[in-house]
Amino acid sequence: MTDPLHQFEIHVIAPLFSIFGVQFNFTNAALFMLVIVAIICALLYAAFANPELVPSRLQSVGEVWYEFVHNMVRQVMGEDGMKFFPLVFSIFSFVLVANMLGMFPYFFTVTSHVIITAALAVFVILLVITVGIMRHGLGWFRLFAPHGVPIAILPFISAIEVISFLSRPVSLGLRLFGNMLAGHIVLKVFAGFVVSLSALGITGIFGAIFPLGMAVGLTALEFLVAFLQAFVFAILTCVYLNDALHPGH
Amino acid sequence: MEADAAKLIGAGIACIGMGGAGVGVGIIFGNYLVGALRNPSAAPAQFTNALIGAALAEGLGIFSLVIALLLLFT
Repeated sequence: MTDPLHQFEIHVIAPLFSIFGVQFNFTNAALFMLVIVAIICALLYAAFANPELVPSRLQSVGEVWYEFVHNMVRQVMGEDGMKFFPLVFSIFSFVLVANMLGMFPYFFTVTSHVIITAALAVFVILLVITVGIMRHGLGWFRLFAPHGVPIAILPFISAIEVISFLSRPVSLGLRLFGNMLAGHIVLKVFAGFVVSLSALGITGIFGAIFPLGMAVGLTALEFLVAFLQAFVFAILTCVYLNDALHPGH
Repeated sequence: MEADAAKLIGAGIACIGMGGAGVGVGIIFGNYLVGALRNPSAAPAQFTNALIGAALAEGLGIFSLVIALLLLFT
């Protein structure tokens, strides 16, 4: 029970089928991803089902949500990046609701699994490469040869640029994964301190107030991190897509 | 058994790298605050850049956490 990694276990809810010896299962991760999508759809549908000029509370939440991502995409990518707004909005909403849903006790945090965040990050980078080559052809590869660099050190600069580009999907996926995993482990460890201290008798119960207060504070911090990581994931998606649209900068 | 002990020690050493990420994030937000106090009117426009920089610095620290987790669980 006190194992802090117990919360990240994946359970098979229903075995589905197997192709070429690979078994496909319906797991709790898949269930929570469906719940996340259902929550996003239900919230946005309820917010904009009966739009009014003076918005109700739910409608203004939906408007703030929409305008936040809208401004972010416009600021980073400019007017011609607005066609990627639905993608960025979907990624932001998915990560945000996944992180927030993970804050409920006994709920499964989808984004604390590296396979899910890595899939999102690799998808973003493949999209950047595809869009860049479709928009600019082979000229897109000038991204790796910045302007005004002396020809003598250009090979080294290009090598560094290529390495930094290739490390983007790794860092994009691992950042979200690491933040959510580490935060939830820390919360569980402090909760474990409370349990094991209060088992020591009356002095232990008074001593357990300190880790309990720490756990409360960390929970508040985790809500901040949950939002911040969704924001960071979305804005880095915008920054990377901007490289595909305007490679000159 | 000794290999297991070495793995645990290595995981602990790998986590020292997280300290570097902490220093980096602190430098970014500290310098952001210095700039924001000098020129408060320019501060809101640069807050996004501060967050991006902090996220990039933090990502490198997360790498060392991942190395520690790999050492512990593989």
